Amino acid sequence: MAKKLMKGCEAIGEAAIHAGCRLFFGYPITPQNEIPEYMSARLPQVGGMFVQAESEVAASNMLYGASGAGRRVFTSSSSPGISLMMEGVSYMAGAELPVVIVNIMRGGPGLGGILPSQSDYFQATKGGGHGDYRVLVLAPSTVQEAADLVIDAFDLADKYRNPVMVLGDGLIGQIMEPVEFKKTIKPEDLPEKPWATTGCAGRQRNIINSLYLDPEQLEKHNWDLNAKYRAMASEVRFETTNVEGGCDVLLAAYGTVARIAKTAIDQAREKGLKIGLFRPITLYPFPAEALAKAAESAKAVLVAELSTGQMVEDVRAAVAGRRPVGFHGRVGGMVMGPDDLVAEAEKLAAVPA
Amino acid sequence: MHSEIVLAGFGGQGVLLIGKLMAYAGMKAGHEVTWMPSYGPEMRGGTCNCTVVLSDRPIGSPISKRPHALIVLNLPSLDKFEDAVRPGGIIVVNTSLINRLPKRTDVTVVTVPSNEIAIELGNAKAANMVALGAFLGASGLVDKASVTEVLKESFASRPKLVAINEQALERGFEIGVTQAAAVAAR
Repeated sequence: MAKKLMKGCEAIGEAAIHAGCRLFFGYPITPQNEIPEYMSARLPQVGGMFVQAESEVAASNMLYGASGAGRRVFTSSSSPGISLMMEGVSYMAGAELPVVIVNIMRGGPGLGGILPSQSDYFQATKGGGHGDYRVLVLAPSTVQEAADLVIDAFDLADKYRNPVMVLGDGLIGQIMEPVEFKKTIKPEDLPEKPWATTGCAGRQRNIINSLYLDPEQLEKHNWDLNAKYRAMASEVRFETTNVEGGCDVLLAAYGTVARIAKTAIDQAREKGLKIGLFRPITLYPFPAEALAKAAESAKAVLVAELSTGQMVEDVRAAVAGRRPVGFHGRVGGMVMGPDDLVAEAEKLAAVPA
Repeated sequence: MHSEIVLAGFGGQGVLLIGKLMAYAGMKAGHEVTWMPSYGPEMRGGTCNCTVVLSDRPIGSPISKRPHALIVLNLPSLDKFEDAVRPGGIIVVNTSLINRLPKRTDVTVVTVPSNEIAIELGNAKAANMVALGAFLGASGLVDKASVTEVLKESFASRPKLVAINEQALERGFEIGVTQAAAVAAR
């Protein structure tokens, strides 16, 4: 298929269709409105259904029902809307239901603003709703990668029977880049889900539930879920750039900031400073081991985020004090430039080890 | 080749559209491209801009603080972005709505009465295309033929608009070529 020039949001919507998803439930919010808009036009063309729910809370419960019936289901929202969905996400994690959730983050807290942010890292990677659960989190940094990861997200959700979140920001949602859809899955070719509530004629009833009043049973359920989350460690993904042979400063950044970091690498090279980049693609599971190894070949680590410092905690835990870890953050919808990252890296490199 | 271009004007003047056409044509010509709109809480008649990056390498930052070129259709946009343009860059100024010239002397300035030309051609809305033509003429960055091709594709549902937009692009292009040649000759 030829490359198309698409907005990140539109590419995410088209990718869901290529993944064999035919159901979208959601509620509008900037800066991801192009996703529901796109789905509302495209889904009826492919025999699917788009439902604009009365609220995000309702949308997440519609996802619960449709996922329980064994269908690939999808929603998207932005930070405040994702918070509203969290009750349903916790229930889906508890009931082990596969669902793909896209969060195109904007500045917060509260209603905040509508410009790009990465301030929902904690919410995404540490559970988000109540209860001791995790969702697999994928962080694209280009429109092409957003499309690829959305398709993978559906497969991972089914594989682990767990919600998967694709965590982008307003910038990745709004930019246009060339994109190619490399894979098309037909809904009828998807494997059967023997656990789904598809009508129990001729078989035992399937029950989908997150209520366990017996504490022994609930403890077992929690440890079973935990074993699943630990097994997800095998899905860890990351990308390194310019780290071969060691570097002065290793930048750790994901999503939009990682691509700004790539421009910073080029700018720093002209100044004789070698910046390497470690870009986590899975934020949960976090590529801690690989990051620790990459940090060993650097004099210092600089974490850059569109937050006041969230991923930096996971980086510090991974580096475990073996290297100095600096932080540079912009918030509220402000985005750092490559020159800012070079200046921060220069400062960090100048500190005697 | 690596070029960052900021296109700015009032909402409704079509700066997002000409940015998209340029990005799309660049993609068809085999370049890496990004198009980034400003999507702040704007109102009709408010300012609006987008950034297009064309490159032969994968594009890092899609935002530019120091663009190589600036296309401005209104005065607030010239005021806002003039100083950011890199020395040796290009500024295309829509003189129909901008009553001053850029202060910069280290860039190639192309002045084009986009609205007057568009009105003369019979459709005031084609002013954006005149400005795009002027930029393409002055910069040679994207082949005019590939822009015309994507223009036809983008206006496929409204074929009546193709001819006038093509003429607008052509008129702007000639002005761009002439003025850039004059600057180069100095």
